[in-house]
Amino acid sequence: MELFANLWMGFGVAVSPINLLYAFIGCILGTLIGVLPGIGPVATIAMLLPITFNLNPLAALIMLAGIYYGAQYGGSTTAILVNIPGEASSVVTCLDGYQMARQGRAGPALAVAALGSFFAGCVATLVIAVAAPPLAEVALKFGPSEYFSLMVFGLIAATVLAHGSLITAVAMVAWGLLFGIVGTDVNSGVLRFTFDIPELSDGIGFVIVAMGMFGTTEIILNLEMKEKREIFTSKVKNLWPSKDDFKQSWPAVLRGTALGSALGILPGGGALLASFGAYSLEKKVSSHPERFGKGAIQGVAGPESANNAGAQTSFIPMLTLGIPSNAVMALMIGALMIQGIAPGPQVMSEKPQLFWGLIASMWVGNLMLVVLNLPLIGMWVKLLTVPYRYLYPSILVFMAIGVYSLSNNAFDVLIMAVFGILGYVCAKLECEPAPMILGFILGPLMEENLRRAMLLSRGDPFVFISPSKPISLAFLIASLILLVMVGLPAIRKKREEVFVEET
Amino acid sequence: MKIKSPKDFWSGLMFIGTGVFFVIWAVVHYNMGTAVRMGPAYFPVLLGGLLVVLGLVIFLGSFALEGPAVPRFNFRPLILISLACVLYGYLMKPLGLIAATAALVFVSAFAGHEFKWKEAIILFVILMLFSWLVFVRGLTLPFPLCPDFVANCPIR
Repeated sequence: MELFANLWMGFGVAVSPINLLYAFIGCILGTLIGVLPGIGPVATIAMLLPITFNLNPLAALIMLAGIYYGAQYGGSTTAILVNIPGEASSVVTCLDGYQMARQGRAGPALAVAALGSFFAGCVATLVIAVAAPPLAEVALKFGPSEYFSLMVFGLIAATVLAHGSLITAVAMVAWGLLFGIVGTDVNSGVLRFTFDIPELSDGIGFVIVAMGMFGTTEIILNLEMKEKREIFTSKVKNLWPSKDDFKQSWPAVLRGTALGSALGILPGGGALLASFGAYSLEKKVSSHPERFGKGAIQGVAGPESANNAGAQTSFIPMLTLGIPSNAVMALMIGALMIQGIAPGPQVMSEKPQLFWGLIASMWVGNLMLVVLNLPLIGMWVKLLTVPYRYLYPSILVFMAIGVYSLSNNAFDVLIMAVFGILGYVCAKLECEPAPMILGFILGPLMEENLRRAMLLSRGDPFVFISPSKPISLAFLIASLILLVMVGLPAIRKKREEVFVEET
Repeated sequence: MKIKSPKDFWSGLMFIGTGVFFVIWAVVHYNMGTAVRMGPAYFPVLLGGLLVVLGLVIFLGSFALEGPAVPRFNFRPLILISLACVLYGYLMKPLGLIAATAALVFVSAFAGHEFKWKEAIILFVILMLFSWLVFVRGLTLPFPLCPDFVANCPIR
């Protein structure tokens, strides 16, 4: 079995002391920022990107991946104990997890969340190992027109799955694409939209935009709200769930894992969508839907398994196609490029150690996370008592150092502040930043592939839908179907329900 | 005409504005080229046009469909947090890491609900030591510690 041979090789790489250390650092950091509300994986990974420059590519990816799925573990702790989502993807965990905590069952809720996540993590690791190689095989045959259509599909799917108005989300993508092409045009060498500012000739740094729109914006928004926390720390005594809890939660864990793995692969998917979807599903299949929102253990088990599964399977499009499905994956692509590795299907064949090592490290990381999150839960709970007024200046210092150190330039910090303000305006106007970030990173790639495709077809715009390019045609038809589906009143209502109902 | 959805009204305007700017700037300054050999202006004009159309739909829709009001802007944290970052960046070269960190910590602490000098000073000292140990000593980032005019900086 080639699969097992590959996985075995991956484990061989992943358990080397240095990689174990970075997986551990990633998991600790991930749990930390997961527990702390007000800082998410996007801002954290963006902050650490400049530092990864000094690491080898595998260690860098292992650490950054650990932050993403580690945050899914940590987020549930805050949701259950404080009723604040430590992470956006644990919003739905608040509903039943917090109720369980109020009933004195915080321990079982935390345990089910961690064990469910662990199970989901193991399954998702296998899903990546099985699904990625054939996908990469197909992707190797892609030409510029296929890539262009794939990116259109990815961006459309991302907008469909974002919440809020669809047309606003599409406009945000276009906005991101436009910001993405600022800088030197690779074909003609012309400086575009740089306004004679030399710092802009290399374009606006993606890390800087992500830190502004997800980091500073988040801090400003948090400062608007008054601090109010009620923590059930004293009640976390009995961790182990009862037999009955196990019986009720294992089907939910299975369903959450399956749904999360599937939703994670979709462009625009990932942890957030997976947890929302899983909660709706659990409520639907339950014979006692009235118990949801009042401390149903399935309402914790399902979404928590799903968000971890989704976080991991969202690596599939990134690793095989080089296309990010969410903002975190866009940063991962940034990390690869910093290391001088062009993301795409060739990564797996050219750097098998990197590919399989990363996958194996996810399983190792999940094991670490269970240990970090269950026996050491008391330590994380203590962290929650640190007031936000100590936290945000610290976060700001790290962001400012991170951005400044990119090229020792004050202008980069200014750009971060500008995008922070822009992100604030967008938040007030209910314009989602995630589609914009995806557009931003895909902008130059899309232009490049569009140009090549048009050159090859001698300017025929119908090349994307010609029968000689069935894959390209299929992507565009799929995008159209998605758009029409969301446009239909019945489904639009449903989509709104999924996002509104729970929050 | 009455604006029924202020959020859409303003976001529509924002998109139209950006789109129009990018299209005009591209057409005036860069070469369009042809569909076969696209010039540097081609893609921006395409995207800018799309953005204008989308923005118009959102803008016009704001007169037809009911929508929520724009929540009030809270300028204190917005301005102070942004200012804190900018100060950090622009003070680093002339005044060094210590002064830059101080500016960032104190200005941003001032953006919060309650400001206490004692807390802010302790926070500054901790963050300063941490930045110095981890970033300057550990990761060897080339940050100056003291202002330019101090000839012999006591810490390195």
